[in-house]
Amino acid sequence: MSATTDPDTASFNSEAAATRKVAPFLVMPSIAVLLAWMIVPLVMTLWFSFQYYNLIDPSARGFAGIDNYAYLVTDPDFWVSLRTTLVLLASVLVITVGFGTLLAVLFNQPFPGRNIARVLAISPFFVMPTVSALIWKNLLMHPIYGVFGALASTIGIQPVDWFAQFPLASIIAIVSWEWLPFALLILLTAVQSLDHEQKEAARMDGAGPLAQFFFITLPHLSRAIGVVIMIETIFLLTVFAEIFVTTSGGPGNATTNLAFLIYARALLQYDIGGASAGGVVAIILANIVAFFLVRSIARRLEV
Amino acid sequence: MRETPMQRLLSFILGWGTALLLFFPIAWMVLTSFKSERDATSPNLFFTPSLDSYHEVFARADYLSFALNSIVISVGGTVLALLFAIPAAYSMAFHPTRRTRGTLLWMLSTKMLPPVGVLVPIYLLFRTAGLLDTRSGLIAIYALMNLPIVVWMLFTFYKEVPNEILEAGRMDGAKTAGEVWFLLLPLTLPGVASTGLLSLILCWNEAFWSLNLTSAGAAPLTAFIASFSSPEGLFFAKLSAASTMAVAPILVFGWFSQRQLVQGLTFGAVK
Repeated sequence: MSATTDPDTASFNSEAAATRKVAPFLVMPSIAVLLAWMIVPLVMTLWFSFQYYNLIDPSARGFAGIDNYAYLVTDPDFWVSLRTTLVLLASVLVITVGFGTLLAVLFNQPFPGRNIARVLAISPFFVMPTVSALIWKNLLMHPIYGVFGALASTIGIQPVDWFAQFPLASIIAIVSWEWLPFALLILLTAVQSLDHEQKEAARMDGAGPLAQFFFITLPHLSRAIGVVIMIETIFLLTVFAEIFVTTSGGPGNATTNLAFLIYARALLQYDIGGASAGGVVAIILANIVAFFLVRSIARRLEV
Repeated sequence: MRETPMQRLLSFILGWGTALLLFFPIAWMVLTSFKSERDATSPNLFFTPSLDSYHEVFARADYLSFALNSIVISVGGTVLALLFAIPAAYSMAFHPTRRTRGTLLWMLSTKMLPPVGVLVPIYLLFRTAGLLDTRSGLIAIYALMNLPIVVWMLFTFYKEVPNEILEAGRMDGAKTAGEVWFLLLPLTLPGVASTGLLSLILCWNEAFWSLNLTSAGAAPLTAFIASFSSPEGLFFAKLSAASTMAVAPILVFGWFSQRQLVQGLTFGAVK
């Protein structure tokens, strides 16, 4: 026996040692590509933001100092776009988190066909942004051919030309429709993990449904709500496709957010320097949020 | 049992009411796709269903190439991300070091870089490298974009595999690659599958890079649908048919993987 196990043990030990030596390095390729993906464009954006650089005027190159930034902050369009970005963000957050919380509680109650209803309710999240935006714009919100217009005519009121009269509100409606299911999905998961005995105990003590919601469910959800807010913020700061296919930032600059402004500067006006300065602002904005998100996740991370 | 019949009825009405309301735009899109162009512009519920719009969308020579681009780019990006992520997650889950925690959080933080902040350099780099409007360009972007999420999800699944099983494998002489391939992968296949599925969904629906970095040759379905945005292109039935086909596969995937999505989308912060 011992004669046969000895080589085995020896080979096990050497294999195990080899694995132990190799394994920690297996993470290196991922780190390398992510580092390159992050650092190279970041440095380039910063560099361009201090350069005169326009693709259609190659003669005007050179160090610009803070000119691009100065131009940006003195441009009323920039401040409008910043305002639009924040209004869009705040409105969608309020709508999705508010209704998301209520719906999460609702879809946690037992009722016939609940699972199917849940699946239907979260479906919009899986629809690609260009489809969502165009279905809403054409099939629903079109003043003449859309469903909303037809409903308005039926009950005898003047149909609304949504994208002309309320352009930003229309974008907010579409984006909220896309993200409400996300909030619902995450918050429902959190509601389901709520300890039933705790609620039962509260009921025994005479807490009504409202008191249960505010003193047990809501505190339990606070962490999940925080996560929803932060993840949505990351994406909502740079809403692009919905604006691109519906209003192209208009009418005027009514729906131009920071992402669309940068896109227009870079790929429509070919102003690389100016677009990069806007890019730096977008990165700073996102990082303020990211700081809190990463900290909150770090607390939960067990390695 | 505890709920009174009245409460159940109320939940039923409110629950189904909101569900149908939220699902209505999708249902309406599918319904419109079976209408003729003439019927499509009126909210008529009674019409003779036809597949004409589907035929016409298919007849456009380029539809299939858009669909093919979507498939190649999404699958390519997902496979590439998994190729990088599987060894990385294995290494961090079974051979953690002092730096593992920091590495994971740093990977997450790369997700926070807004794409529009690096649009200019990526566009210029792609132009210089001849990657604009190529599938390989988008595959690379999508793989990098999803790599942090993919690593995180795999890491979570691997953490649940007891180390003893791998040690037993090593006892039987499995090399590192064999350990991952013959032991870990079969054990965590559901996890790897749902990770891949989430990555597929995110790639399929991505509409920033695909709109900015492609024009015709490598443009996926997101860009194809965007081409319906021109005002003169108010062909509701065809728009609906093309949209239904673009959305249907991913919608079904999404229905089946809700729970894993929560884990993946929140980096395990909500359980």
